[in-house]
Amino acid sequence: MTAITFTLFVSAISALAGFLGALTGLGGGVIVVPVLTLALGVDIKYAIGASLVSVIATSSGAAAAYVKEGYSNIRIGMLLEIATTIGAVVGAYLAGFTSTHIIAIIFGLVLLQSAYQSLVSSSGIADNLVNSDKLAQKLRLGSNYPLHGTRQEYGMQNVPTGFGLMFGAGALSGLLGIGSGAVKVIAMDRAMKIPFKVSATTSNFMIGVTAAASAGVYLSRGYIDPRVAMPVMLGVLAGAFLGTRVLVHAPVRLLRIVFGLVIAVLAIEMIVSGMTGKV
Amino acid sequence: MDDTRLEGFIGNLLRAGVLLAAAVVLAGGVFYLAQNYATPVAFRHFALEGRSLRSLVGIVQLAMHGSSLGIIQLGLLLLIATPVARVGLAVAGFYLERDRLYVGISLIVLTVLLFSLIDGH
Repeated sequence: MTAITFTLFVSAISALAGFLGALTGLGGGVIVVPVLTLALGVDIKYAIGASLVSVIATSSGAAAAYVKEGYSNIRIGMLLEIATTIGAVVGAYLAGFTSTHIIAIIFGLVLLQSAYQSLVSSSGIADNLVNSDKLAQKLRLGSNYPLHGTRQEYGMQNVPTGFGLMFGAGALSGLLGIGSGAVKVIAMDRAMKIPFKVSATTSNFMIGVTAAASAGVYLSRGYIDPRVAMPVMLGVLAGAFLGTRVLVHAPVRLLRIVFGLVIAVLAIEMIVSGMTGKV
Repeated sequence: MDDTRLEGFIGNLLRAGVLLAAAVVLAGGVFYLAQNYATPVAFRHFALEGRSLRSLVGIVQLAMHGSSLGIIQLGLLLLIATPVARVGLAVAGFYLERDRLYVGISLIVLTVLLFSLIDGH
């Protein structure tokens, strides 16, 4: 394959991944890595390096809008980023000592979880609204967010549990080059009882910082090859930008089902390829 | 300085950083393709490239000499630096709010980030 064919093909696939990732809220990384490795035979180390870079781009781009709307909570984000960044550095180091077969299998398992999440949509559930417990009060984590035209106060609980889960989210992000936004949302929404909208936007806000922590390790290890990362980053960014524009008119339910099925197939392929030593 | 203004600054910084990085990567990419469009490429097996594309100093030097891959890599470095700058801005913002607890928390995050970027070079 010549450089121009490779670049155009990877840009197109990445744009599609970014577009679907933005519409479904799952991010582009989960689809870019399996397509690069399975369809183009790119070594998984280059694939996760390029994916990680695209994760920083989309997260920072989207976070800019959310931050201004006043949904994300920068204090919660900053506190939990202690856990995600340390986790990310640990994960990125582990990636260097883990065989690519094992990475492919773990990636497949994470994809299966994403597929499940995409198919069993959790939208429509009521937002959490709780009072802060002692530790959350001490850390002054409670805040307010826009709801029905006013600003609704909210609190949170179980900060240590959320902190622990965030370490795991960071490690997964560093190991696989993905944003692991799903785990971050679970930590905030389920464990810490933070309202869903605040959890989702704060998670997005944190993804870039988490990914930046493993990016340094990836860069010095040579996982970030400019010839692979360039089309992936530009493609995913363009796709995600378009995705957020059409979000209002899109048949999101149908898209989630299609996306979920595609990811489930990719997940099984990744696991099989990892087990048979093809990836 | 209050949280709303701080959030506004942070939002603008993030957008500017991503746009600048994307522009540099695009410029390097166009340059790279103009020179190498017909070169065969394969990334089937991971092979460690020379140190220059993997270190901060090496990337800056390559980009200054007009290397297209160096320019792309410089754009990617700007992208990686964007969230780091965001955390730095939060340190300054919390300091202006006289919020010592969150100055400390942001400083821990900044230290981890700088450690990961500098370590290994």
